[in-house]
Amino acid sequence: MKPAAPRTDAGKPRLTTSAMIASIAGEGQRTKPAPFGHALVELAKEDGSILGMTADLGKYTDLHIFAQAFPDRYYQMGMAEQLLFGAASGLAAEGFTPIATTYAVFASRRAYDFIHQTIAEEDRNVKIACALPGLTSGYGPSHQATEDLALFRAMPNMVVIDPCDAHEIEQVVPAMVRHKGPVYMRLLRGQVPLVLDEYGYSFELGKAKLLRDGYEVLFISSGIMTMRALEAAKALVSDRIDAGVLHVPTIKPLDAATILACCAKPGRLVVVAENHTVNGGLGEAVAGLLMREGVHPAFRMVGLPDEFLAAGALPTLHDRYGISTEALCARVKGWLK
Amino acid sequence: MRTAPLGHNVSLERRAWNIRRHAILMGEVQGQGYIAQALDVADILATAYFHAMRYRPDDPAWEGRDRFLLSNGHYAIALYAALIEAGIIPEEELETYGSDESRLPMSGMASYTPGMEMSGGSLGLGLSIAVGKCLGLKRKGSDSRVYTLFSDGELDEGSVWEAIMSAAHYKLDNLVAIVDVNNQQADGPSTTVMGFEPLTEKLEAFGWFVRRIDGNDLAAVRAAFDAAKAQHGQGKPSMIIADTLMGKGVPFLEAREKNHFIRVDAHEWRLALDALDERKPS
Repeated sequence: MKPAAPRTDAGKPRLTTSAMIASIAGEGQRTKPAPFGHALVELAKEDGSILGMTADLGKYTDLHIFAQAFPDRYYQMGMAEQLLFGAASGLAAEGFTPIATTYAVFASRRAYDFIHQTIAEEDRNVKIACALPGLTSGYGPSHQATEDLALFRAMPNMVVIDPCDAHEIEQVVPAMVRHKGPVYMRLLRGQVPLVLDEYGYSFELGKAKLLRDGYEVLFISSGIMTMRALEAAKALVSDRIDAGVLHVPTIKPLDAATILACCAKPGRLVVVAENHTVNGGLGEAVAGLLMREGVHPAFRMVGLPDEFLAAGALPTLHDRYGISTEALCARVKGWLK
Repeated sequence: MRTAPLGHNVSLERRAWNIRRHAILMGEVQGQGYIAQALDVADILATAYFHAMRYRPDDPAWEGRDRFLLSNGHYAIALYAALIEAGIIPEEELETYGSDESRLPMSGMASYTPGMEMSGGSLGLGLSIAVGKCLGLKRKGSDSRVYTLFSDGELDEGSVWEAIMSAAHYKLDNLVAIVDVNNQQADGPSTTVMGFEPLTEKLEAFGWFVRRIDGNDLAAVRAAFDAAKAQHGQGKPSMIIADTLMGKGVPFLEAREKNHFIRVDAHEWRLALDALDERKPS
């Protein structure tokens, strides 16, 4: 088979990929370094049950901060994700609270059965924190976890969290440890954008929060797409479009009451935006909820296409696949025409 | 009726015989079951539960217990038989084996059965869980051990070797793994499905203390468990490679053509019990 010609998006400068980028922050954006690692250290000072575990990705999941602070509470399991999660189950069964980290692709694809059987089925108190969620690496499908939310949503007993920024991650860490049972959280690492502190936001497990109201459009979003939706809502003001943003960081269990109440407001276009394939993520979760409950607003979904995504520079890819702020604005304007 | 003799003066031979008998009775209830495996592993389970392990029958979750992880969940019929013999499960429950609402499902699961420490069924999980439990027990300063039984077919699973490497790396001398080499897995003889020999040399090269024994020779099984227990504090995990005979103790099942799931006709469960009864130890 002839290899496909390299793709370029006409009229755009050709950017280069940073293989394992440390941050998804935009230029000049406020950031905080390694919020997950630092929050975990703070929590572990109070809670002696917390242990850190990784499969050769301590440095790349910000768990090295914890390892430096608590070297004797840190387990390097080698590049062996199945072992990582099986052993985490065993430690949880002995009363500890293991925080197991790797990349989202490896947890969701390589170790799925181990998480399913040894953690979820046995209802073990393991917290799984995974970097490079969705399209946050330009490395190609091997590192782009575009289906992790669908996979973990489908797993009984599993709580699924997709935080937006550093402010939220700092609050997700203690909240997921307070919750007894398995949790999967998407992790942003390195210099992580700081956004939600400006909205007086606080994370509550299982709660969706309206960050901004608007009478024409309601974005429903999680993870970095909430950041993008907030930017889009600001940008759309100049087009005289009034857009609100409902942030849904807990993908499972879904905050049905809040979502239904927001969607029942008449005359609004609902746009679910997610950094995930359109198959089986937040968009379909919300769509299913609305159908089941008989709430039928005008409804659109923004997410990654059902295909293997290209390698390349993230700004290029986010534009191409429609999850950049500009792409989001353009689509909303098109839908409102 | 209770056939399991209580008390301390019961021989291991009799314990193993009782375990075989409980297993056959369960197989008869369902008309099926991994009975040939249960018969081959009865001597190992008798030694684990009546010679090696520390536990309280009336408190299966007692913190000071030794942990037993059944990685090969389809051997549940054998472990239930041992748990009945140990007084952890009432003998009356034997009649519910594999039935609706039973605590004794055909594949072992932690949430169903007292004394069942993990959910098996998907093969190759047990050693990884055992690694975590051993790390946890060491962290707690506990002197309890973790025993895990798995099957030779599970040696095909890459995760088993991940766990084997890590147990040596972390010097888990509180781990005793037992691999049942009955040389039979789903698609045929294990050694032809995927060769794993020379197993002793392999495991020694991976940094384990290894004993290979006839898993149906009770004296040898007992000596191997003793040797493995003596490794506690020596910095190496232990592996007992137990070569076993499927159907052991029931001659017509021993002789039957070997299969992963050995056929037993409806009338043969009684014949199997009769054959076993003829060989009842004192």
